[in-house]
Amino acid sequence: MNTCATTRIVGTPVPRKEGVDKLLGRARYVDDIEMDGLWHGATVRSSIPRGLIRSIGFDRKVDWNEFTVVTAADIPGQNHVQLIAADQPCLADGKVSHCDEAILLIAHADKQKVREAVNSVRIEYEPLPPIFTIEESEEQKIVIWGSDNIFKSFLLEKGDVESAWAKAAHIVEGEYRTGAQEHLYIENNGMIAAYSAEKGLTVWGSLQCPYYVHRSLVAVFNLSEDKVRVIQTETGGAFGGKEDYPSTLAAHASLLAMKSGHPVKMVYDRMEDLAATTKRHPSRVRHRTALDKKGKLLAMDIEVATDGGAYSTLSSTVLSRATLHSAGPYVCPNVRVRSCSWATNTVPYGAFRGFGAPQAIFAVERHMDEIAVAIGIDPIELRRRNFLHDGDTTATEQVMREPVILDKLLDRALTESSYEEKRARFARENRHNPVKRGMGIAAFYHGSGFTGSGERYLNSLAGIDVTTEGKLRVLVANTEFGQGTNTILTQIAAEAIGLDYNDVIMAPADTSIVPNSGPTVASRTSMVVGRLIERACAQLIAMLSEHAELDEQFTTAEFFAACDRYRAAKGDVVSLCRYEAPPGIFWDDQKYRGEAYPAFAWSVQVAQVAVDTVTYSAEVEEFWSAQEVGRVLNPVLAGGQIEGGIAQGIGYALYEKVILQNGHMANNQMTNYIMPTAEDVPPIHVYFEEIPFQHGAFGAKGIGELPHDGPAPAILNAIKDAIGVSFNSIPLLPEDLFAKLSTPQTLEEPTAV
Amino acid sequence: MRGNAGAHELIAPANLAAALELIAAAPGEWTPIAGGTELMVAHAAGRLTANKLVSLWRISELRFIDEAPGAIAIGGGTTFSDLRASKLVAAEFPLLARSASWIGSIANQARATLGGNLVNGSPAADSPPALLVYDAEIEFISVRGKRRIPYSAFHTGYKLNAMANDELLFAVNLPRRFRQHRQYLRKVGTRRAMAIAKVALGATALMQEGIVREIRIAAASLAPFPMRLQQTESILLGQEISPTKIHGARSALLAEAKPIDDIRSTAQYRKNVGANLLEEFLLELCSGNATR
Amino acid sequence: MNKGWPTIRLAVNGEMRAVRTPAMKRLLDVLREDLHLTGTKEGCGEGECGSCSVRMNGELVNSCLVPILQAEGASIETVEGLACDAELHPLQKAFLDCGGAQCGICTPGMLMAATQLLAQNPHPSMAEIREGLAGNLCRCTGFIRIFESVIAATANSPGRTTEQATDAR
Repeated sequence: MNTCATTRIVGTPVPRKEGVDKLLGRARYVDDIEMDGLWHGATVRSSIPRGLIRSIGFDRKVDWNEFTVVTAADIPGQNHVQLIAADQPCLADGKVSHCDEAILLIAHADKQKVREAVNSVRIEYEPLPPIFTIEESEEQKIVIWGSDNIFKSFLLEKGDVESAWAKAAHIVEGEYRTGAQEHLYIENNGMIAAYSAEKGLTVWGSLQCPYYVHRSLVAVFNLSEDKVRVIQTETGGAFGGKEDYPSTLAAHASLLAMKSGHPVKMVYDRMEDLAATTKRHPSRVRHRTALDKKGKLLAMDIEVATDGGAYSTLSSTVLSRATLHSAGPYVCPNVRVRSCSWATNTVPYGAFRGFGAPQAIFAVERHMDEIAVAIGIDPIELRRRNFLHDGDTTATEQVMREPVILDKLLDRALTESSYEEKRARFARENRHNPVKRGMGIAAFYHGSGFTGSGERYLNSLAGIDVTTEGKLRVLVANTEFGQGTNTILTQIAAEAIGLDYNDVIMAPADTSIVPNSGPTVASRTSMVVGRLIERACAQLIAMLSEHAELDEQFTTAEFFAACDRYRAAKGDVVSLCRYEAPPGIFWDDQKYRGEAYPAFAWSVQVAQVAVDTVTYSAEVEEFWSAQEVGRVLNPVLAGGQIEGGIAQGIGYALYEKVILQNGHMANNQMTNYIMPTAEDVPPIHVYFEEIPFQHGAFGAKGIGELPHDGPAPAILNAIKDAIGVSFNSIPLLPEDLFAKLSTPQTLEEPTAV
Repeated sequence: MRGNAGAHELIAPANLAAALELIAAAPGEWTPIAGGTELMVAHAAGRLTANKLVSLWRISELRFIDEAPGAIAIGGGTTFSDLRASKLVAAEFPLLARSASWIGSIANQARATLGGNLVNGSPAADSPPALLVYDAEIEFISVRGKRRIPYSAFHTGYKLNAMANDELLFAVNLPRRFRQHRQYLRKVGTRRAMAIAKVALGATALMQEGIVREIRIAAASLAPFPMRLQQTESILLGQEISPTKIHGARSALLAEAKPIDDIRSTAQYRKNVGANLLEEFLLELCSGNATR
Repeated sequence: MNKGWPTIRLAVNGEMRAVRTPAMKRLLDVLREDLHLTGTKEGCGEGECGSCSVRMNGELVNSCLVPILQAEGASIETVEGLACDAELHPLQKAFLDCGGAQCGICTPGMLMAATQLLAQNPHPSMAEIREGLAGNLCRCTGFIRIFESVIAATANSPGRTTEQATDAR
């Protein structure tokens, strides 16, 4: 496929496929769905972070005969949520490992009565000493998981780091920390489950990965695959927060449905969703860097530690991505990354846009600015001297065979933001202004798609069919949750065949209808699944040419007529394709060496920040983002992804803090978990440089996660520029700025007038 | 939704007299609910303990902004949208108009009432600092009649106030004598909108030839309830504003303020930023800046 | 058990409706459960996210904070009332063109807030747009294309929003 060919639909701002329904208020999210005989379910959760369950008591004022109550004993198959390892129970059995762990499920026809019933269960525990931080876990005095609290560790080595210290002109060290972050999708998690012996189990819900849920339910209920059906409902935001958690919630709703004999709806309220579901892994990253006297990197010795919470869930893959992004977009002959994910007695952390990269990139991009100051080189110049270029190798010895245009992106970002002029102006103005301004940058890549052989392992199957109503239908298990899946994939199909955008529809994300095209994660949908659709379209045309007399050039009417002929002669008009790895992707999982990702998206971001020294508040005044993500399939959707990711990144840096007390999220209300409002987001300027990637659909690479990687370091670099003080930990709240900036002397000295 | 709608009785008397009779007949049993921006949050969280609620929402006798020569009277049922729309309030009590724009969002301002903001008694409430520095008076009403107290005597402890359990907050009266005063009000929140104050400072001062003839300073979140910082005021009253005086006022505030650490902020941050806000105001007084 | 439940009469999108529910049932729940108008959403139950925003007597309110008794006799406008037959409201069209909706869950509330804004102020400045929408949280868009949508709509729509009865001030 010629990715540079002129296109009619791909690359244009066609309207969102499901947009009208959303705007009319007609889109059906899970809580909008009513069913005859629907019961309501709720969860009884642990109030302690670690301990044994001694007894479960049911208050006699409730008539428990009216209710269905489910415990771990009711689980027909395996009591664990299927992800990577099998350590997380579906329901706690005899012990709990984190606050808000699910112990009991209750259902009733009356939603109010379920609530009262939940409050009428008394659990007695024998508490055990909990651990809450990476440091406590590392001490290994209290071991809560496996033999050593370690979910996963990696060692990545290139060259010989130890040999570099002696030769270095400069050695710079730093430690960088990131906190947990909550997805705060505006639609809380929810599921409906129904069971009958004939049809088996059906679940409808807010989710990203129907086949992940399917696989988990098959194991939990010991059912055959054809007896489990998972249907995604319109999903109100996900960002990774509905990648794994829905498997747990689906199992819960299903257990209640099975035992009660009624369909059961479980929709969390905000307090429960905040307290009990996954969040971004907190991290601690240490850098020790050797440079020559010109500021060229000689060695990077990096330690990455993440807090995985009480169960492993996705901690190993998050750690993997953090490891592979920890050395930044730079050339360095000697690299060592030792990374480790630690267990603590907190709610398990999970996927969140960026998936380990925001943590790693925060550290390396803050560290580059610290290096610049330490060795007396301008931070821009330091980066230019060390940027990857075509033909260079990364820390995993992956050769950059595709163009790397970091310099161009940097130039664009600096020009558009008037970076140099502003820095000079702010340096003058800051002297007389209680509000200090500064500029900061971040340069980074984001690996598109699954690491290494991940896609081979997924072995995705996707394609198209043609309905009897004369529509081309896209068959994928990839889901829409705002990022534009429906629109992009129908654009691709329409373009690939030569139809109009409105001739193409999406099949529902229903495992009884669509094949397993893999999860909607890792920025893979456009690039990988879109490519399968492209190929399936070409395959369909070939089929119709061969069997239904489709000419080389055809009109829409002729196309559908050929489909009718095909159907009459051969049956369903369907074309599916399996994933084929691009050539030359070799990844060694043991040595952590080779082609870590099939493609990289690149970006340079600039933040302009104002720090008010009266209130110690830092605000982003303006933000610029230049990126290269291959071909832009839909400029409106692509721009929206960058802007939305940046807004979340700003929240990550300056506003969003998860406050744990005894391992429970104490600020589990929207009043107290602070995301930026319409008055807080700055103007955001987005610039795309397009270099079509030959193995991605119409030249596209991944885009969704990239924009969340840069804001935090760019912002804290800008703060350093503004006030000359380094902050290396996020979220950076005014109280943190105050704590560092105020000294006893400052408090007592009178201010000059 | 963790509350049980069926477990609460809510009635809406047609007028003020009916409401007063209801609460007089069973003092302390009926919880007034106006715009519901506080009580309905508790209801949804399953924490609404009041079983009997009396709605004040449509009692028009409580929703007014009345102009008299010496004072304006704002009904307890006046919403913050009403306050923002009032040209009179904007002209003579700009700090109150500004604080009204801080309440929640446009949607919250359409429902939240001045009376509710005061009776709810949060130390972080947005309107109290302005009312305190404008020498507001509170007027209560019951079947026994009306009575007034200075607003500064209204809050008696954390979420405790001087209103009797058969009374409603009828009006807030503001004396129309602040046009010549220098004025200041600044709130520090977690973000620019929809933010509960970490700390806020309000002040009015009458300057005459560089001397502070009158001064009122009030804060949110520096005490268990909104209050005037009278010791800090006494450092400044009758004085010129000099660097030493500013330093002294800062120290007085730091000593007088009794904030706490909580989920939103820390005591140290609150009082030090409070002192910074005070200094910002005092510097404006010196430099002859227009009302902030 | 509905002894003592009042009958509440209210106009919803121009149509008279009557419901019999506990007086403390939230307007949000009455809209969604009793009237089956599920366009209005619950995102937080605390009046923070605005996804439950509706217009009540020409004012924007968070319907999760309104006990139904207080909506007696009120005129309620929800997202379902914006479009006219087959034609999208100018704001809806603008959101579609400009990418103002991604996942769509905040969109009904956002549209009502934008409707309210333009009813009061047909040509708002950017600062006024930001303030008008500050009570509606969107986690997907970063708000930028929502602002653009509102600006685009002001070019399109002179009179629609003032047609509603009982406009405030």
